[in-house]
Amino acid sequence: MSDSNKKKEMWEKIQKNQIFRAIFRTGGSITTHKQRVLVTLNNVFLHLHPVRLPKHAVKVKYTWCMGGLSFFIFLVLTVTGILLMFYYRPTVEYAYGDIVDLSEQVPLGLMREIHRWSAHLMVITVWLHMFRVFMTGSYKPPREFNWAIGVILLVLTMLMSFTGYLLPWDQLAIWAITVGANMAKATPFIGSAGPGSSLLAIGDVNFVHSASDAGFAMLGGRFVGEGALLRFYVLHCIGLPFVIMLFMIVHFWRVRKDGGISGPT
Amino acid sequence: MEQIKDFINIISAPQISFTAIILLFFFIFPPNDLFYKIHRGLRIHKLWTKGGGITIFSFLTIFFIFGITDQNFRMIVTKPDNVPIVALLYLVVFFLWFSLKQAYDNDKRIDEGKGPNEAEDAKQKVLVWPDLVYIELIAMVSVAALLLVWAVALGAPLEEPANPTVSPNPSKAPWYFLGLQEMLVYFDPWIAGVLFPTVIMLGFISIPFLDNNRKGSGYFTFKERKMAISIFLFFWLVLWIFLITTGTFLRGPNWNFFGPFEYWDKHKLVALTNVNLSELFYMVWQNKQLPSNILLREMPGFLLVGAYLGLLPLILAKTLFKKVYERLGPIRYSVFIIFLLIAISLPIKMYLRWGFNIKYLVSIPEFFFNI
Ligand code: HEM
Repeated sequence: MSDSNKKKEMWEKIQKNQIFRAIFRTGGSITTHKQRVLVTLNNVFLHLHPVRLPKHAVKVKYTWCMGGLSFFIFLVLTVTGILLMFYYRPTVEYAYGDIVDLSEQVPLGLMREIHRWSAHLMVITVWLHMFRVFMTGSYKPPREFNWAIGVILLVLTMLMSFTGYLLPWDQLAIWAITVGANMAKATPFIGSAGPGSSLLAIGDVNFVHSASDAGFAMLGGRFVGEGALLRFYVLHCIGLPFVIMLFMIVHFWRVRKDGGISGPT
Repeated sequence: MEQIKDFINIISAPQISFTAIILLFFFIFPPNDLFYKIHRGLRIHKLWTKGGGITIFSFLTIFFIFGITDQNFRMIVTKPDNVPIVALLYLVVFFLWFSLKQAYDNDKRIDEGKGPNEAEDAKQKVLVWPDLVYIELIAMVSVAALLLVWAVALGAPLEEPANPTVSPNPSKAPWYFLGLQEMLVYFDPWIAGVLFPTVIMLGFISIPFLDNNRKGSGYFTFKERKMAISIFLFFWLVLWIFLITTGTFLRGPNWNFFGPFEYWDKHKLVALTNVNLSELFYMVWQNKQLPSNILLREMPGFLLVGAYLGLLPLILAKTLFKKVYERLGPIRYSVFIIFLLIAISLPIKMYLRWGFNIKYLVSIPEFFFNI
């Protein structure tokens, strides 16, 4: 009895503490309706959400949580990715060895595992999120535009995964990327092995050849080598995350502006 | 035991499994009233009940447990990078069932004049704190735990250091692109790797603008959106998940087909006797030489492709897709039908290959232009 009383007293004391009040604007124990509303409004992260929702919209059986989980996994990838960047150098000379060291030398070296499996998982959750949105007809007006943003997010997610695939610089990596690069070389007109590229020539001078085509732009060389590794690294760690964040911001904003989670009207 | 494995090896060849799936597909996911009636008559809708779900899952699980006892099967399925695809298969099947169960439940309620379950729930309002926040918390913690366990249990794969002079056989793209790589069997890279991805992306973006059925927005339903769901699932399940699964588990050295219980023999020989349409047209059917004029040589192919993309939409608008045309109007219909025909060209090309050994309909290697 006195024990729990003491705890209560402690808790009340903490809540009156200046530091606590400074951090948690709403206060500690949230009991009244007004406080519950304020928690959401006062917190920058929670305030991505509306304050009140129709009940179906919070049910797991409706949203499957897939959009939110995609975002969460993206955050996990960001954190583990930053940790990996401490150890990894994107050069042909060091890349593979750094990856080996990562598992052999670094204490608690699970970051690479978590990063890789999260990447796989994110592709899956994004697909399932799209599938849910389709099955509930949530792409219908007024959400057409957000669906389009979503498709771009899906493509970006796969590109993130694809660019990351090269970085360990093992056999699996370079040959998987070679398959992709061969496709880029076959782009119509701008790929050296694509239809129509030989038409872009004056006399004997070809404008599109293996050192000036789409494949070369992607790899920074004719083959998967030093140039490709650097390009993929920069895109993977800076370029694509930046773009995908932009699209996510628009995506979340539009979820709210289009009237929140869809529902029967 | 061995007989069962041999049998599964044989029926999983794309010629057979793909045909079976296409034939069954429209009875399981009926696109119109006619198929829907048969679907109900055959009681296939029972799949989307609790009992149906348990049955599907038991089958899937028994298959995997049975398979794991086989050395060849175990070797491909437990490869660390393939584990996500096994997970994907389960998740796709689960969520397919989960969404259709809710859809069919709602359909029943709508028939009874009650409105979907979601409408019932929506009458009540809840606060984000704590009702949503704690669900999110549980979801995040569970996924974090799952990832930790996964990371501890399975090391991330690392093969030999990169060696540009030794290419592994087969060399595979990451699994989520294997659908595209599988298309390479039937199309040149500029179609499989450039045209198709572009069309898939544009096609997906245009879905909300093509589907002008205003019903079924914001709740699960099947009956009110049969056609849309049937078409979507056809692409998503048959032309995407199925191709990925085939590409991952059933394609071995030299991209030859191997049954799930078959040993990946590097020396397996598959007779390749592919011909182009022009060769078939002039040399086989007419016993003539190939014309030297490229345009003349490829005329049959051009006519065929032209008719497929130019004439067929018109014919379909007057016949099979009459109702669709009326509902969509000329512009929506044109976009819809072109996307649809381009997508369907994949199965068509598959059957041309399997049935007639046709490699290209139009083949102008001079310009790297092959269809
Ligand atoms: C990186 C990938 C993505 C992230 C992080 C993401 C995140 C989210 C989140 C958090 C929501 C709120 C509802 C929910 O959780 O279901 C949402 C809704 C939505 N998403 Fe995504 N999404 C992604 C990709 C996609 C894709 C690929 C599509 C479709 C092609 C899509 C289309 C939509 C639509 C239309 C909504 C509104 C749904 C409704 O109101 O019911 N999103 N997204």
